Amino acid sequence: MSLSIKKNGTAISLSNIKFSWGSAESDFQLKLNNFQLNRQESSILVAPSGAGKSTLLSLICGTIRPEEGTVRILDQSIENKSAAERDSFRADHLGIIFQQFNLIPYLSAIDNVLLPLHFSSNRKKKSGETQSKLVLEAERLLRALGIVPETLGRQKANTLSIGQQQRVAAARAFIGSPELIIADEPTSSLDEKSQDEFLDQLFSQKEVTGATLLMVSHNARVAKRFNKSIKLQDICTTSFTEEKML
Amino acid sequence: MIILRLAWQSILNRKSTTILTILSIAISTLLLVGVEKVRTASRASFINTISGTDLIIGARTGGVQLLLYSVFHIGDATSNITWKTVGDIKKRREVKWLVPIALGDSHKGYRVVGTSKDYFKYFKYRRNIPIQVKEGKVFNDLFDAVLGAEVAKNLNYKIGNKIVLAHGTGPVSLGKDHGDTPFRISGILAPTNTPIDKAIHVSMEAIEAIHIGWETGTFVEGNGKKTPEILRQMKLDPKAVTALYVGLKSKMSTFSLQRWINKYRQEPISAILPGVVFGQLWSMVGNVETALFIITSMVVFTAILGMVISILSSLNERRREMAILRAVGAKPIQVFALLTVEATTIATLGALIGLFCLYGGLFFIKPLIESLTGLYIEIVVPDWNEIALLFAIVFAGFLASILPAIRAYKKSLSDGLMIRG
Repeated sequence: MSLSIKKNGTAISLSNIKFSWGSAESDFQLKLNNFQLNRQESSILVAPSGAGKSTLLSLICGTIRPEEGTVRILDQSIENKSAAERDSFRADHLGIIFQQFNLIPYLSAIDNVLLPLHFSSNRKKKSGETQSKLVLEAERLLRALGIVPETLGRQKANTLSIGQQQRVAAARAFIGSPELIIADEPTSSLDEKSQDEFLDQLFSQKEVTGATLLMVSHNARVAKRFNKSIKLQDICTTSFTEEKML
Repeated sequence: MIILRLAWQSILNRKSTTILTILSIAISTLLLVGVEKVRTASRASFINTISGTDLIIGARTGGVQLLLYSVFHIGDATSNITWKTVGDIKKRREVKWLVPIALGDSHKGYRVVGTSKDYFKYFKYRRNIPIQVKEGKVFNDLFDAVLGAEVAKNLNYKIGNKIVLAHGTGPVSLGKDHGDTPFRISGILAPTNTPIDKAIHVSMEAIEAIHIGWETGTFVEGNGKKTPEILRQMKLDPKAVTALYVGLKSKMSTFSLQRWINKYRQEPISAILPGVVFGQLWSMVGNVETALFIITSMVVFTAILGMVISILSSLNERRREMAILRAVGAKPIQVFALLTVEATTIATLGALIGLFCLYGGLFFIKPLIESLTGLYIEIVVPDWNEIALLFAIVFAGFLASILPAIRAYKKSLSDGLMIRG
């Protein structure tokens, strides 16, 4: 399934970015000269609060557009795409894992894993042609991430523990083999043992699909697993109001 | 498709609040459609009081008044029509049949209607249903009486019982009984849910007979008291009638005959078209109808408002859900759609359950309503009016959901995947 993924080129390339929330002088501003991540690389982004992490991730995921500069994801400029095109692009090419509360509470774990396929026909095709094949694929991913699909997989998401939820979220991020996985502090609510297990599984899936991984984390302990470690304050400058400081 | 499924799962997930919301919409639907049903039923049973009669003729008076006393037996006629005039009308070639009505007497508060046997042949109600004799037969003897269903039931009369009619129409007899001429009950009519049920029918000749000696308005002893035996031998020609029901050979001639009657020189009489005057009469009740409709619409409005409030208050806790949907590639418009689909589904469920309960309830209480109020409610498939109301409720639910949906749309645009603050 990794055959279709290009091995060369950049997965993320941001240059000369300027972005501000709102038009007032005092509003939060972010400037970023250059940020690059090659395909199939894994990179950890260390970001203290207020350093512009959310803004950077929103730019990469395409929910916001920079005022200046270019955002190239998987060799496509997305800053000129329409909002709907960026949504489709995200559906097709990105798998996203949040810090916590990743799942739609009223859907089963399996249905949560299958969710991205309803918004991306590309990823659906890559996962299998028929509904039963899709379910098999979701079950395979869940199993790979340590969730027994026959039991936990059928449970409502809100009945799972936080650790289990994060694994389901990872399975969802990987289904249909998107080229880029964005994980925003996915292990911060897990204990050390679970963190290691989770990262093992995350990396093994990354290897299988050949995806590029960008993970935000404060945890220096895990940094050694990644090809690259980037400090956010090294690549971008931010300004924000005193109000927001308080 | 996924939006529909998500909406459905989300509704199922919030069972308790959703059930309450659905319930309140169901109750309001039940009220709105129920009131509508009672309204149409009462209008129908009102208009259905008489059918197949083309003209009603009485002394010159307001059309509504003529209708009230001749059909509903409410109020009294100002004056009668002489038998000579009746003969003139009968001679008109447009006239197919003519049924005389003589009012003025009563029995224990029930009106006595003097009429001819043709009454039972030509008088129709609802959709041309003729009057049916349930027990016994129509009057043959001079002193035979045919009771409406309600009279027989309430006074517990059987065939063969004797009753004494009272002069005048008040509920209390003022000692002015036609005591020497008792009537024998010869027949009891099937219930019709019309004023017929409350009437006692006797022949025109009987009315004439019991009033011999009453020419001055009260009984004068010396004017010749007659026993029933003597009266039966007498030739009793009716001298006057209160009103006439007229059937025409062709509806085309309705207006020309009406014009002829209204211009009739020998006596001031007038003719009305029952349907037209029913319309006039009903329009007087129309305001009450409108008021009821407005009130029940308000109840629906309140129920839908409740739904909007519950959706709005859930939005904050659902921001996470919206962010997740955006993360897997949902567009803000799909978030918008999710909320409108949810609300529309809830409104639809509520409306359908309300309708179902209404029909279920009607099925059980219909006999009770009929016996208590005489209101005949037909249980048939919902008519277009009711279907339109249902659609209006669903549409109102959809419209109302646009407000929370817009908020969710805006929030999911500004939140994106990251929820701040």
